[in-house]
Amino acid sequence: MQTPSHFDTIVIVGATSLIAQHCARQWLQANPARRLVLVGRDGARLESVANDLRVRAPQATVDIVEADLTQAVSIDAMAEEVHALCTPDAVLIAHGDLPDQAGCQQRSAEAQAAMVVNGLSPVLCAEAFARSMQSAGRGTIGIVGSVAGDRGRRSNYVYGAAKGLVERYAQGLQHRFAGTGVAVVLIKPGPTDTPMTAHLKASGARLASVESVAAATIAGMERGRPVVYAPAKWALIMLVIRSLPRAIFNKMDI
Amino acid sequence: MVVARSWGRLSADHHTLSPLTDHPPQALALPSGGRGLAHGMGRSYGDVALNPGGTLWLTAPQDRMVSWDETTGELTCEAGVLLRDIQQVFVPRGWMLPVTPGTQIVTVGGAIANDVHGKNHHVQGSFGDHVRCLELLRTDGERIRCGPQVQSDWFTATVGGMGLTGVITQATLRLVRVPGAWLDTETIPYRTLGAFFDLADSSEQAWEHTVSWIDCLSARDDGRTVRGIFLRANMAGPEAGEVLHAAPAASGRPITVPFAPPISLVNRATLKPFNAAYYHLNRRRAGRARQHYAPFFYPLDNVQEWNRIYGRAGFYQYQCVVPRASGPQAIAALLQEITAAGQGSFLGVLKTFGQRESVGLMSFPQPGVTLALDFPNRGESTLQLFARLDGVVSQAGGRLYPAKDARMPRALFESGYPKLPQFLPFRDPGIQSAMSQRLMGW
Repeated sequence: MQTPSHFDTIVIVGATSLIAQHCARQWLQANPARRLVLVGRDGARLESVANDLRVRAPQATVDIVEADLTQAVSIDAMAEEVHALCTPDAVLIAHGDLPDQAGCQQRSAEAQAAMVVNGLSPVLCAEAFARSMQSAGRGTIGIVGSVAGDRGRRSNYVYGAAKGLVERYAQGLQHRFAGTGVAVVLIKPGPTDTPMTAHLKASGARLASVESVAAATIAGMERGRPVVYAPAKWALIMLVIRSLPRAIFNKMDI
Repeated sequence: MVVARSWGRLSADHHTLSPLTDHPPQALALPSGGRGLAHGMGRSYGDVALNPGGTLWLTAPQDRMVSWDETTGELTCEAGVLLRDIQQVFVPRGWMLPVTPGTQIVTVGGAIANDVHGKNHHVQGSFGDHVRCLELLRTDGERIRCGPQVQSDWFTATVGGMGLTGVITQATLRLVRVPGAWLDTETIPYRTLGAFFDLADSSEQAWEHTVSWIDCLSARDDGRTVRGIFLRANMAGPEAGEVLHAAPAASGRPITVPFAPPISLVNRATLKPFNAAYYHLNRRRAGRARQHYAPFFYPLDNVQEWNRIYGRAGFYQYQCVVPRASGPQAIAALLQEITAAGQGSFLGVLKTFGQRESVGLMSFPQPGVTLALDFPNRGESTLQLFARLDGVVSQAGGRLYPAKDARMPRALFESGYPKLPQFLPFRDPGIQSAMSQRLMGW
């Protein structure tokens, strides 16, 4: 297990996601002189996020790198561009997009896009940064998964499958780096109050605040914990969900 | 469709929630024939931020800061930024918002739309006095940039405009330099209304912040005898060795009122003894003290969901301002009515406003004296008391505060806001609120 580092330089992939933004804010609040590199597909949106951070923490250095995170070639190019700028102490991979399950069932293209954005892309980004961290012998990779990946269920199994892929990958990466100075942290948020889940409020779902999920993410990464449920209660909830016999689970409308 | 309530928890109607997630928002999504309204943190008490059956554009995602100019003290930010975040980012750097209301958990957009005021009105006026410019998005897609010198007619309609002229997407605010995060305060008990006015008048010269708590059940002699605690304060320089910081060192963890009990916890049985205890406790603490800005400006922000103490029926807030000429008699009459009815709450505030006109056409603060009080919702008896209070306010030539109001009659609204006809042309036809329907017919 890696000893807690000070994370002077942090790379955030998918930096326009709300969880990523709040992690960035909290990291800068804790240490305003940090260096952040924000990676995403839309330069204008990244600039808006970067500006906000620069106003909040004028001593911080915030750079942006624009890249298409759905293509393997551009992911490798992005990692090179980031390494030309800095040597990351930590990388947080936080992009994702909750798809419309019904749409995914109707059109293969939609399902494919959902799998790429939520599964393949985060995994390939992590792998790209794992290469350089292996050479450096130290670093922390945080990947945002989801409780949805714990068990496929009818209401969101395309998203769940992608996040299941992320979990299986994180396990493998953790195994690879066990006993070295590289920590791999899988963060599994429960439903969070972000625009992605705004429509869920209609069903009276209990949503966690983004601030608390970001705080759990940061704490988990700084300690190098392999799996972080955010909020923690989801560990117990998903333990129950995972353990339910199929006969009972199949009767549930979730 | 989701149930949305305001802070008074008087109603629970369905709304279509539409978060504004583009930076900046490109267009205001509306179903055909529908109308919408911007909604921030929902801290207004009545129905100014509600639109039953319609759309609420949620401004919470608009929480980014855009730019800061240290030489002019100007901050540009999206309209969903909370006043709390501005204070927490800038107080450690020696800057503060010149005007804040009793809670910092409100959005910049909400603060402008209600032209909120604070304890230092006679020095700094209201929130709108420190807005350099704002950007407004209309439902037809038009963007209007306005300020005191640029398209000022739009500006004066939008400040205090209850969100009815468009959705505020961004604003540039002027912050003020402060020597530290602490205040020199003085607490002075008083036993007559005359004493309150003497204190208020004599404090104006040397003190920036003035306010008083008042025991709403203690009025005697036609309201001339009433007890309260007068508070006055100035920003203080840091003491030796002290560092600027945004939160008090020994800040308690916030506590939360976990649920709304079936009946109000504030009732005849509890209110009288509470008020008596509060008065005597503060009487013993009378004198000078040094206090951090957060508990002084925002006393209830650490008690999350405090509005639940009023129970499932919810509560009203009644806040009026009466001109100074008729002030003392009107306040005495109001207090007498309230004590006689035995209604009210320990949260009673009495304060004089400064001699300055507000910038907004529909802004609430005016020269005079303001009384603000919570009332647990006891149905008809509460509404009847309000009708009697309305009579006093109306006769004195005063008005009620829309940000707090859930029931004022249209006639009182129109008489209190003579600039209403000048305001109406700026209304966005795609916007409506429960308040606009109730008070303006649309």
